[in-house]
Amino acid sequence: MSATPASDETSEQSGLDMSRSAIDSELKSIIADVLGVDAADAEAFTPETGLFGHLPELDSMAVAGLLTEMEDRLDIVIDDDDVDGEMLETYGGLLSFAEAKIIEG
Amino acid sequence: MISTWNAPLSDGKDSEELLLAFDENRPVRVLILPAWFDEANKLRRFTVEVMRRLDGSGIDSFLPDLPGCNESLAQLSEQTIASWREAAGVASAAFSTTHVLTLRAGAILAPTELSGWRYAPQTGPKQLRGMVRARTIASREQGKEETTDDVVRAGRESGVSLGGWAIGPAMFSELETAGPTESDTQVDIAQATIGGPGLWLRAEPDYDATQADALAAIIALSVGDRV
Repeated sequence: MSATPASDETSEQSGLDMSRSAIDSELKSIIADVLGVDAADAEAFTPETGLFGHLPELDSMAVAGLLTEMEDRLDIVIDDDDVDGEMLETYGGLLSFAEAKIIEG
Repeated sequence: MISTWNAPLSDGKDSEELLLAFDENRPVRVLILPAWFDEANKLRRFTVEVMRRLDGSGIDSFLPDLPGCNESLAQLSEQTIASWREAAGVASAAFSTTHVLTLRAGAILAPTELSGWRYAPQTGPKQLRGMVRARTIASREQGKEETTDDVVRAGRESGVSLGGWAIGPAMFSELETAGPTESDTQVDIAQATIGGPGLWLRAEPDYDATQADALAAIIALSVGDRV
C-alpha cells in the first residue's frame, strides 16, 4: 500500500495561502473550463499567450463568465474598474492580476 | 411525453405551460427544476438526457416550464421567485412527485417537503452578479459607460434586461438575497462529483454523455431499493 496520503491541497487552500504555481494551475483550469479549450492547450499557456482578441472563444459574454468563475474559485472580488484591456490582453497579465487580487484579499 | 400543465400566476389566474415528462406511474417520481435564464439554455439538453437515463432506470420524471420561461405566454418580467416557488409546489402536487432534482439556481425553488438532489446549486446573488457583469461588459463594448451600480439601481427600481432576460424589479430584489431552500433531505451534488467542467460555463449550449450518465447514476443508485 502506498504511504502517500491523498492530496486535496488545492481545494482546501484558502486564497491567501495559494502559492504562485497553485494560482497558475487553477487559472489555467478556469480558462479551460470556461472557454472549453483543451486542458493540455491551456496548460501550455505562457505569460505572452494572447487572450482577448486572440482566442476566438473569448468574447464579451465569455469574459463575464471567466471573471465570475475566477471570483468563485480564487475567492476574490473583481470590480468594474479592474477590468481593462491590459488585464485581459495576455495570460501573464491575467495571472498577475489574479495574484495581486489574492494578496490584496 | 410532451403535454401541458396549469401553472399559477401571482394575480391568481392560471397559465398553461408545457410539460416534458417520462410518466409510467412508477413509484419514484422526480420533479425536475432546471437552471435559470442563460444557464437554462446551456443545460437544457443535459437536463433532458438525465431524464432519459432516469427513465431507463425505471424512474419517472417531470420537467414543467415555469411561467415566463421557454414558450410561456406569461411575461418573464412579471414573474417573481415567490410566484415560481408557488408554481413549483403546485407542479409537485399535480404530478404527485416523490423527489426533486434541481439544477443550479433551480435549488432556490425546491419544495422543502420533497427529498432529493441539488446539482451544483447556485445562489441568487451569484447568478445575478454574472448577468449584471455580462451587461456592463457588453455596454462598454458598445461605447456606453454603465457601472454595476447603475444596473443594480435600475434593476431594483424598474427592472432591467440582462442578456435579453427581462428581470422585473421584484425578481431583481429577490435575486439579491435568494439561496437554496433549507432542507435536510436534499443532497448537494457538486460538479466535482460529476467530473469535468460544468456545462453552464460554456459560451454555447453543449452536451456531455459522461456527465449525464454520472448524475443519473447517482440518483438511480440512491433510490435503488424503491424502483
